[in-house]
Amino acid sequence: MNSKKRKLIYNAVTFGIVILAFLLCNIFYSDMSRSLRGQLIPICCWIVMAVSLNLVIGISGELSLGHAGFMSIGAFSGIVVSGWLLNGFQMENEILRLIIAIAAGAVIAGIAGVLIGIPVLRLRGDYLAIVTLAFGEIIRNVLNCVYVSADGASLNFGFIDPNLPGTLLLNGPNGAVGVKKIATFTAGFILIIITLIVVLNLINSRTGRAIMATRDNRIAAESVGINVTKYKMIAFVTSAALAGMAGALYGLNYSTLVPAKFKFDQSINVLVFVVLGGIGNTLGSIISATVLTILPELLRSFSNYRMLIYAVLLILMMLLTNTPAAKAFFINLQGHWKKKALRKSIEAEQGKGGTQS
Amino acid sequence: MTVRIQKRNQDTKMVPVPSESIIPERDLGKLPVLECKHLGIDFGGLTAVEDFNLTIGKTEIAGLIGPNGAGKTTVFNLLTKVYEPTRGTVMINGIDTHGMDIVQASKLGIARTFQNIRLFSKMSVEDNVRIGLHNQIKYNMFSGILRLPSYWKREKQQHEKALELLSIFGMQDMADMQAGSLPYGAQRRLEIVRALATNPSLLLLDEPAAGMNPHETQELMDNIIKIRDQFQIAVLLIEHDMNLVMGICEGICVLNYGKIIAKGTAEDIQSNPVVIEAYLGKQKEAQA
Amino acid sequence: MIFLSNLVNGISLGSIYAIIALGYTMVYGIAKMLNFAHGDVIMIGAYIAFCALQYWNVPPLLALLIAMAFCTLLGITIEGLAYRPLRQATSLAVLITAIGMSYLLQNLALLIWGANPKNFPSSMIQIPAISLFGEQLRISGVTLVTILANIVIMILLTSFTMHTKLGKAMRCVSEDRGAAELMGINVNQTISATFAIGSALAAIAGILLCSAYPTLMPTTGSMPGIKAFTAAVFGGIGSIPGAMLGGVLLGVIEILGKAYISTELGDAIVFAVLIIVLLVKPTGLLGKPQREKV
Repeated sequence: MNSKKRKLIYNAVTFGIVILAFLLCNIFYSDMSRSLRGQLIPICCWIVMAVSLNLVIGISGELSLGHAGFMSIGAFSGIVVSGWLLNGFQMENEILRLIIAIAAGAVIAGIAGVLIGIPVLRLRGDYLAIVTLAFGEIIRNVLNCVYVSADGASLNFGFIDPNLPGTLLLNGPNGAVGVKKIATFTAGFILIIITLIVVLNLINSRTGRAIMATRDNRIAAESVGINVTKYKMIAFVTSAALAGMAGALYGLNYSTLVPAKFKFDQSINVLVFVVLGGIGNTLGSIISATVLTILPELLRSFSNYRMLIYAVLLILMMLLTNTPAAKAFFINLQGHWKKKALRKSIEAEQGKGGTQS
Repeated sequence: MTVRIQKRNQDTKMVPVPSESIIPERDLGKLPVLECKHLGIDFGGLTAVEDFNLTIGKTEIAGLIGPNGAGKTTVFNLLTKVYEPTRGTVMINGIDTHGMDIVQASKLGIARTFQNIRLFSKMSVEDNVRIGLHNQIKYNMFSGILRLPSYWKREKQQHEKALELLSIFGMQDMADMQAGSLPYGAQRRLEIVRALATNPSLLLLDEPAAGMNPHETQELMDNIIKIRDQFQIAVLLIEHDMNLVMGICEGICVLNYGKIIAKGTAEDIQSNPVVIEAYLGKQKEAQA
Repeated sequence: MIFLSNLVNGISLGSIYAIIALGYTMVYGIAKMLNFAHGDVIMIGAYIAFCALQYWNVPPLLALLIAMAFCTLLGITIEGLAYRPLRQATSLAVLITAIGMSYLLQNLALLIWGANPKNFPSSMIQIPAISLFGEQLRISGVTLVTILANIVIMILLTSFTMHTKLGKAMRCVSEDRGAAELMGINVNQTISATFAIGSALAAIAGILLCSAYPTLMPTTGSMPGIKAFTAAVFGGIGSIPGAMLGGVLLGVIEILGKAYISTELGDAIVFAVLIIVLLVKPTGLLGKPQREKV
């Protein structure tokens, strides 16, 4: 089977599983427990987060530790836009408001991605990782000082100063209160599909190959005329915009939301999804984001040890996939299975021969 | 030492042009592909390359030789703008590359291979070549995401062109293999194909025959000449295999301690006492 | 006078950052990895000292030694189990492992000591405060000890790397690991020793940190850890005097920023410093430039 066919099958399976899962959730919706139902939209958000972070980590090969920052930008811009449309323009249509809010979240997070990407992508490796972490924390710190209110059709912004006319939409460290919950599971499903189309089609295109080239060998990529910063930027900004979409949906799923919700820990959480699903593996990200979001809900005792287990899994995953000894072990194992299969087939042959004679 | 001078193909003009070229009476009809003047670079006080002058005409095969540490790869890095020279100028196709980066130099028509192979080893052989075609067969990101007609059209073009380029070395059957899993020689050849995909006017080969057996080297020599004739490009190569250098290079430039110590044809170089001294040490010492 | 007192507080906080930054800078210089878990070793050190003082009733000096010994062992264990197998792996894999290690330590501490903050005993450092300018400027004993400890550690460590055999081996490995190996230096042992020293210093930093800010939680170490890494980058990664300079400057910037700009934006200011340094002078104040080989 050639690589092109393999990619096609992989993409079809990925889309198939997502669509099937969506249908099953709809069919068995009434059988689900309340807490599981409540998890459906967050799961969609985390899947989008994981797939989009995988674009940066797996495809462009840079470790971003500030992904939750982009999510929070998306969340709060989505909340502000939705509140503003409702208060200032009396837009009652929830679906339309949700679409506009998500689009706004994507655009604003994308712009933030550009602004942050310009300095960040000049760095490499560990420095890049630590600076994305720093930006994530700066975003949270700054959001703690931002006040936004809607006074009729006009939007007022305050920094550190909470005295604004009209209805407060964003209240500094107290975040957003009294948000109209307009997020739906169908919207979450559509977001996942959009994300998959963007990410998978991007990977299998000229742009995606250029991004992967910068990951595999920066200097070789430059020597064939690929602008490394430009393509790292495309991956980074696309990922930020997708995280912004997920954030907007997430924000509009709760009646209150504080900036402290998007601490550095959340970025690590998404990183865990990506690593455990297999770096660069989109379907893996989807599955691990789903399983690791549901599991703590299902098993209370698990949730106490959740981060501990994640930490151990992170380390084990890295040790198993990156050390020469482990690699040799897997190759041996593969060989062992192959030998076993061979022996079986030989035995089967002999068996056949035996009965015939 | 076996010396084998290949006959040039017929249709190239032989116009004498006054230049720094090693063999002046060649086809520098229009502009030289590469023109270096007084090129030099210092690394924190240490002069790695000094007063490097070289001109390469269209469809010339030139060799850059010298003992280890002479600064040959540094010259390549200066030509491809990995390093910005401290002194002097590099002109590619008549355009001064001052202040340019690697990407801009590549777009001007300079392509290279690396001494320690630098492939996109996790990707397929075909994808490696397609990445080389990045600036040749283009479509924008959105046609890629939305799968617009231009995506399908250009992807098909890229696929066909990639196979065509791979067939130079008879590698079209390996298109689906992972680049990193290829045998060493095939990896070196793939690097050349990838460089050719960028449609260069000057191809820099950094030790293309390293690790190859005599048979493979002979094949490589034939292929370099074939490439030059087919694509009408100039080639500058670094090589320690003297059979290859003396066999196909029309002009040879010898570098030692960052300075050019000799220039000329294979015969000139082989009989040049300065070159012999650089490689073997002084005659007296050798005898003693 | 308020400015002066802020300045002294800044230098004191900065001295703690400097001691933590030493661990980062030495490990980064020698093993070429960002040991994300270093901040959490600080927290473990503080917890051990806390237990020694509170439950086992040992004298402060012994508590310090116990904490240092424990952290040394911990550092060597972490390096041997998690980082050593990844010596040839990509920096992405190593960094993810280090992040995993950081979370492992935090959550182990959470299991052992619980989520409730512990109040670090003030009996650790019993030195009276001094007053200057006729009671106008009070400098606490903790501040004095911290600044003094920073200076002593810096002098000892500098002379250690300059004059002892192990110190020289460390400098060799940091310069060129392959060449050091060929010269007969045991690279693995040298890296282990670096982790040991860094972790012992982390224990000291943890005790000083918790003496100055007595709330001890499993997450106590993570923020100071990241800030100390910032300090190490600021001063120039791999440079011991750089870590001291970067740490002290960063502490002063943080305290002054909180006092005169905004309390809420204190952390943001520190991280902004990191970003500006990396963009303007990526090698830091005292770092050496490095060239990528092509």
